[in-house]
Amino acid sequence: MTPAIEPTQESVFTIREIAPKIFDMTIVSSTEEGSAALISKHAKAGQFVMIRGGEEAERIPLTIAQTEPEKRAVRLIFQVAGTSTHKLSLLKPGDPVLNLAGPLGKPSEIVEGKKVLVIGGGVGIAAILPIARELYHAGNEVTVVLGARTTALLILKDEFAQISHHLTLCTDDGSEGHKGFVTDAIKDLVAYRGVYDVGWAVGPTIMMKMCSEIAKQLDFPLWTSLNPIMVDGTGMCGGCRVLVGDEVFFACVDGPEFDGRLVDWDNLMLRQKQFKNEEADSYHHCRLEDQLNSR
Amino acid sequence: MLNRSKQKTKLTERSPEDRRKDFLEVNDGYTFTEAVSEADRCLQCRNAPCIQGCPVAIDIPGFIKAIQEKDLERSWEILYTTNQLPAICGRVCPQEKQCEERCTVGKIKDSEPVAIGRLERFTADWKRKAGFTPVTIEVTKPEKIAVVGSGPAGLTVASELAKNGYAVDLFEALHAPGGVLTYGIPEFRLPKEIVRAEIEGIRQLGVSLRTDLIVGKTIYFDEIRQKYRAVFLGIGAGAPKFMGVSGTNLNGIFSASEFLTRVNLMKAFRFPYADTPITIGKHVIVVGGGNVAMDAARSAMRLGAQTVTIVYRRTETELPARWEEYHHAIEEGIRFMWLSNPIAYLPGPDFRVTGARIQKMGLGDPDASGRRKPVPLPGVEETLDCDCVIEAIGQSAHRILSEGFKEVRLNRYGYIEVDPETLMTSVPGVFAGGDIVTGAATVIEAMGAGKTAAKGIMRYLTAIA
Ligand SMILES: Cc1cc2nc3c(=O)[nH]c(=O)nc-3n(C[C@H](O)[C@H](O)[C@H](O)COP(=O)(O)OP(=O)(O)OC[C@H]3O[C@@H](n4cnc5c(N)ncnc54)[C@H](O)[C@@H]3O)c2cc1C
Ligand code: SF4
Repeated sequence: MTPAIEPTQESVFTIREIAPKIFDMTIVSSTEEGSAALISKHAKAGQFVMIRGGEEAERIPLTIAQTEPEKRAVRLIFQVAGTSTHKLSLLKPGDPVLNLAGPLGKPSEIVEGKKVLVIGGGVGIAAILPIARELYHAGNEVTVVLGARTTALLILKDEFAQISHHLTLCTDDGSEGHKGFVTDAIKDLVAYRGVYDVGWAVGPTIMMKMCSEIAKQLDFPLWTSLNPIMVDGTGMCGGCRVLVGDEVFFACVDGPEFDGRLVDWDNLMLRQKQFKNEEADSYHHCRLEDQLNSR
Repeated sequence: MLNRSKQKTKLTERSPEDRRKDFLEVNDGYTFTEAVSEADRCLQCRNAPCIQGCPVAIDIPGFIKAIQEKDLERSWEILYTTNQLPAICGRVCPQEKQCEERCTVGKIKDSEPVAIGRLERFTADWKRKAGFTPVTIEVTKPEKIAVVGSGPAGLTVASELAKNGYAVDLFEALHAPGGVLTYGIPEFRLPKEIVRAEIEGIRQLGVSLRTDLIVGKTIYFDEIRQKYRAVFLGIGAGAPKFMGVSGTNLNGIFSASEFLTRVNLMKAFRFPYADTPITIGKHVIVVGGGNVAMDAARSAMRLGAQTVTIVYRRTETELPARWEEYHHAIEEGIRFMWLSNPIAYLPGPDFRVTGARIQKMGLGDPDASGRRKPVPLPGVEETLDCDCVIEAIGQSAHRILSEGFKEVRLNRYGYIEVDPETLMTSVPGVFAGGDIVTGAATVIEAMGAGKTAAKGIMRYLTAIA
């Protein structure tokens, strides 16, 4: 008898660069037992997967943007930020994906019948999509604020238009929507529409920190999705430890969402820089390899 | 012909200067002549006290006799009937506390016991090189069994059940099987190629292995229980502990689990050829005194640290690490700071650790483990400069457990409660064994638990049939 189930066949179904360096990728399984198939059946908003594109690649966490159980498909949206994401971005439809495991982390606590605020910044816009979708279908009044450096990076606007009651767009350079940061837009919205029952913010760490300060002032809970460095994603290494309300938590199993009002943001930002030099080396090394290979 | 030498046949080891530069093994094991000569020291005791010291009861005099007779194929057959992971056990088992401790030859005045571990490794390595013919076993039983976790406990349950004709699905959360054998114990002590080869042998028995599947997340526990007649949980005790002293969140401070996972599983030692980085400082402190601490310290040295200091709160006498590993560490230039315990990590301007405040300790009365308890000497402190700290102070029950398997009753330490005879948990048909039941222990004890659980499972299936 030959062993029946191997690391299953996961492959790229579609991959598209939807904005400079931002890729929208769908992975499908060849069988019902495949990782993408099982993840699509079990995942809830707010959860993530660990993915590894090739044999020597790092395991990296990516938030699940969408699942389609009928198609055994998981959709991931990521920005090229280093070696691992660069390698993922080079995959073509039909290419195998070496490892995909999940869904990991605790699901978002989806409320019902509330007035909620959803804030997405940069590639965090993709991560907040499933949360906004769930909140919308659970009968909440959903206000969405999306921000990016410039209009080309303001992704998924059309999808958000369908799952929100109010949609506000901001760009740092004023090329689309309000000129300025999401924080300015939030202050205006609150002044105009009153305070929210609960909010979610996913984006660059500095954005989540600023949004949390506003939430603290205005006294409403704000869930933020923390993205420290992770290795295994299952609570085994402790590399992703974060300080929340003076207590140490592991983002991978206790989070990734925490009330931003209690997070020690400065500590998180310092820990994210832990391997900065090495990552630059590795990315450099990997770009060199690309150049050599393409000759 | 009996070899009356009082010493174990000498093994040529690579020089510590060479060793500390790479991740190759410390020695290449016995040659054929050396192995036969060492086997000739065995008295073939009729009562075989060595077997009683072995948690899986290998026929030790049996496989050694075959080496004496130069019949290595037979030696292998005897070994492999009881132990599916012999090349691994020959390398990492604490034989000095098990079979070799009971060996009659070791009881003779000034005499060392027979080198049972080295002989086990010899036979297993010979077979791997000679060519291993997989045994295929037909599935004859109707029941399907799920094994969760592919560490030594899970691998043993899976192979025992497969050998008895059961269909087994083995699930592993990570992308590679082996548990601690793969992500914990470093390459220079246990080459991953050997782990892969022995696991391959188990797969060839007909066990189907599925990696990247986290039971409780990718599939719910309920679904597994519905699909399978019995379930074994061998999920290990992999959650790292931190001492929790001030400064723990500084950069440059790792749990041994993170450090070793980066180095072993993700091959950070090959960075930048492999993509996962590890920053190793110039001056590394490792906190703890077990095998994990030795492995972390010796890995740090190999990654290019200038000094590596193990800080341990008791003394050499109480050190829980294997004696051999401790000696290898000393030879390789690892420093030891006894009766010392960090009480704070000191930050530098860039949020990186620059030193540790060390509390000096004295030894008080024996504690529950029988070892003398370390007590702080009030006011006696010193500072040790460092730019990297690795805490190796033990692991606790896996975090996913509490979420994934809520129905299973735990004891007050968070480990799974089982019936000691059958290893069945509070949920009928669900069994558990290995580190998740005992807390961090050894490879061979996890394998012993695997054997007991396999028997328990077969009895259970017969009873409900
Ligand atoms: C650094 C280090 C060095 C050591 N050195 C030695 C030594 O020299 N000699 C010795 O005898 N012992 C040693 N040990 C101890 C020994 O490795 C362990 O006691 C043994 O591996 C325990 O086996 P296990 O099968 O219970 O668990 P593990 O080996 O921990 O395996 C558990 C597996 O289950 C998987 N898992 C967990 N949860 C799930 C889930 N929900 N779904 C799917 N899979 C899951 C994990 O990913 C893991 O692969 C050492 C340990 C460490 C950490
Ligand atoms: S106790 Fe020692 S001498 Fe006696 S059979 Fe076992 S290994 Fe040989």
